[in-house]
Amino acid sequence: MSAVWAAIGGLALTTAAIKAAGPLALGGRELPRGAYAVIGLLAPALLAALVLTETFAREQELTVDARAAGLACAGVAVVLRAPLLVTVLVAAVGAAAVRAVT
Amino acid sequence: MSGGTLARYQRGLRAGVGFGLAAFVVGVSFGVLAQPLMGSVAPIVMSAVVFAGASQFGATAVLVAGGDAVTAIAAGTMLNARFLPMGVAAATALRGRPLRRALEGQLNVDASWALAARAEGGFSRELMLGATLPQYPLWIAGTAVGVFGGSALGDPASLGLDAIFPAFFLGLLAAELEQPRAAAAALLGGAIALSLTPLLPPGLPVLLASAAALIGLRR
Repeated sequence: MSAVWAAIGGLALTTAAIKAAGPLALGGRELPRGAYAVIGLLAPALLAALVLTETFAREQELTVDARAAGLACAGVAVVLRAPLLVTVLVAAVGAAAVRAVT
Repeated sequence: MSGGTLARYQRGLRAGVGFGLAAFVVGVSFGVLAQPLMGSVAPIVMSAVVFAGASQFGATAVLVAGGDAVTAIAAGTMLNARFLPMGVAAATALRGRPLRRALEGQLNVDASWALAARAEGGFSRELMLGATLPQYPLWIAGTAVGVFGGSALGDPASLGLDAIFPAFFLGLLAAELEQPRAAAAALLGGAIALSLTPLLPPGLPVLLASAAALIGLRR
């Protein structure tokens, strides 16, 4: 339980610091070009890692279970350009359906 | 306050109500997912003090998978790194003392920033602040509804709720893929995370996948 509160407090602090950094670094100072390129690619790299580990990892093991069916359904929804909420619901229904029959 | 300034605040507020309804819905799913791990109070507090969806989902996913607090904070922080360049852009429109600029910078969230950055005549501080005001209470309210509604639903696994995490991240990822080299960073990040999963404690593989962003340094 304390790990949860530590994570909340720590993330609140780092988020506030990042959001304050730009406005405080005023005075015409810009970030180096390479920094923009790396920062821009952090989100896709981390999100892909989260998609795969949240689907195929159970602790330190790699497994294929109902979550994979959910992800496949979500993938179809994304390709059809469904809103985020629909994508999420479709994934839940897909995973639940596979669990119900296995 | 001039009429033009007031009109921009009002335009921001009107757009912010629409953004806020979307934030409410995403907040509900965050509350549903976080409640089994965190209980009822912590998810609502998190939405109030962090107020950044993707990083809250990311940090929570690390904790649910068994990662420790430091790893969860680091993963959530990386997912917020975009606020650094976004804040630099917003800074051109912020005025006043450093403390005031830093506080107004806290109201920088994705949808408001995108609206304010498109304003004619440069970044609009009033559009950003106005658009964020409705989103903040609706994000917290959505989380609360998810926390209390979700615990009434029953077993999260049999409802397929554990599949919501990857689906949510996939939806966000799809929006990121429009920028150059994002697909390459995603493939490399995914490969790093999966290959390290059997070797390292939960959470760390995701964190180390951020190294894939270094391909941005190549010309």
